[in-house]
Amino acid sequence: MTTSDEILQEGSPGVTRGSPARASLRPRLSPSVISWLQAGPMMLVFLAFFLIPLVFVLIVSFWDYNEYQLLPAFSGRGYTDTFEGCIDKLPELCTIGRTYLMTLKLCFMVWAITLFIGFWVAYFLAFHVKSKTWQMGLSLLCTIPFWTSNVIRMIAWIPLLGRNGLVNSGLVKTGLINHPVEWLLFSEFSVVLALVHLFTFFMVVPIFNSMVRIDKSLIEAAYDAGASGFQTLVNVIIPLAKPGIVIGSIFVITIVMGDFITIGVMGGQQIAAAGKIIETRVNALQFPAAAANAVILLVITFLIITMMSRIVDIKKEL
Amino acid sequence: MKEGRPRSFYVLAIFFAAYVLFLYGPMIAIYILSFQGPSGGLTFPMNGVSTYWIAKLFQGTGIVDLGAAFRRSLLLGIIVMIVTVVLSVAAGMAFRRKFKAQSILFYSAIASLIVPSIITSLGISLEFRIIDDLIKAHFHENFETSMGLLTSGLGAHLTWTLPFGLLIMFAIFNRFDPRLEEAARDLGATPWQTFRHVVLPIILPSVIGIGLFGFTLSWDELARSSQAIGAVNTLPLDLQGLTTTVTNPDIYALGTVISAVSFTVITLALGTIHVLNKRQAAKGSDAGKGLV
Repeated sequence: MTTSDEILQEGSPGVTRGSPARASLRPRLSPSVISWLQAGPMMLVFLAFFLIPLVFVLIVSFWDYNEYQLLPAFSGRGYTDTFEGCIDKLPELCTIGRTYLMTLKLCFMVWAITLFIGFWVAYFLAFHVKSKTWQMGLSLLCTIPFWTSNVIRMIAWIPLLGRNGLVNSGLVKTGLINHPVEWLLFSEFSVVLALVHLFTFFMVVPIFNSMVRIDKSLIEAAYDAGASGFQTLVNVIIPLAKPGIVIGSIFVITIVMGDFITIGVMGGQQIAAAGKIIETRVNALQFPAAAANAVILLVITFLIITMMSRIVDIKKEL
Repeated sequence: MKEGRPRSFYVLAIFFAAYVLFLYGPMIAIYILSFQGPSGGLTFPMNGVSTYWIAKLFQGTGIVDLGAAFRRSLLLGIIVMIVTVVLSVAAGMAFRRKFKAQSILFYSAIASLIVPSIITSLGISLEFRIIDDLIKAHFHENFETSMGLLTSGLGAHLTWTLPFGLLIMFAIFNRFDPRLEEAARDLGATPWQTFRHVVLPIILPSVIGIGLFGFTLSWDELARSSQAIGAVNTLPLDLQGLTTTVTNPDIYALGTVISAVSFTVITLALGTIHVLNKRQAAKGSDAGKGLV
């Protein structure tokens, strides 16, 4: 067992535990060294598996490549291949332009829907559920799916939305439609549905956190001053819940921007998106092109986050 | 006094119930469908009830070598859980004092959480490819690869679980009363004794929560593993591979088996947290009991 004495020994050999009177004179590890020992391991993990890899992405995006390997020589080919035909085709959009437009469109739809659902779910939990036990229980109910597999939660839609699925057979039986509709599964619709299903959680948690911190007397004050429920919502609750809304939005938008699994599985591998281009390039062993696309995606994501964090100081809110 | 609930309560309660149904309904559907009879198909109605598809998974006659992938995912999940708990608690303690590089670590964690997983995954795979090339060129010509489950795979999973661990530690210490530690120090406890006998017992329920996040996030991880796991697959990767060729319910059976592990871990963790909280409530304070 490593006791603090042993740690002290390492730092200052020869010092032994003495009487309390001497203890105050005993040289100790300085607080900053202890902080380094405590935080260092996590910093090293981020350095080795996050920060350095990002640098490699940037470097490799400027390398050359042929059919089967990386060539460590400066080249802009990763980028020129990506933007191929973009200028010739104007005013029409080239492939990468269309892909990003599609990604942004999915992003916007998922963001709007998760924000709506997330806001009202959080509102219900924060203001209408009075007992702490119920609040805990219901929050847990929303969290448990987050601890289970995303792929399973995607596959789960197949028996419902497929050609012979529950929804189609239900609609045919009630006579609303004559033939099963095809757009329910492996379509933009199913991608948005699955993304909302998977990631509304990321909206609920931060908004709920902001809302429970709101001083209830502020709301009573608003009512006492004659505000209607709607006025209280718009002028008191939404402004105070804004940090949570922004943080939730950042989570949802960055997840959808980089998603390739949900879009792949639920889109029947037919829908092109920013994350999927990277996957396709990697599968073709075109690493510099994949890296170039990663850099582009990173820059766009970063721009979106910067814009959003202008509205709120993230560090203060956590 | 019983005050009537406002109408908005009922509207939102129905909305909430619908959301919960939306969350759980589809999952429950596939759990039921995995018990299809041998001639059953991918959708309702059920064609008899059996454990045929689940048994088939364990016989290894399916497309996936379930046993091996299962053991790999379990091993990785447990290691990720342990490392996440230890590093998060340590770093969480560090954040209670000011130290240089504090904001670098904080922003690294947040960035690691929100930078799209595919980019992190690609970066790790490039890093390991380049390391491999260097080893081949300078040291060992026949070197295969340094990529693997417990090198690049472990690292990739940690970039996803550690930010959650750190954020949970922030939440814990936001409502932690530092006077308890001061009292321990005043009574002559060493820093380690203070941590072991005062801080740790109080934060233990939340630390188990970190472990729960560590294991479940790793057990189901997909996006970051996709490029960085090396030659072998984890269970979720196998499952994703099956989605392109769905023809019979064995994919649901696999889903049910994976979920069963998740739910076992969730139940164990929540149960332990519950017991610890109860014990803390019962024995945590001897206030009002006189001198002991």
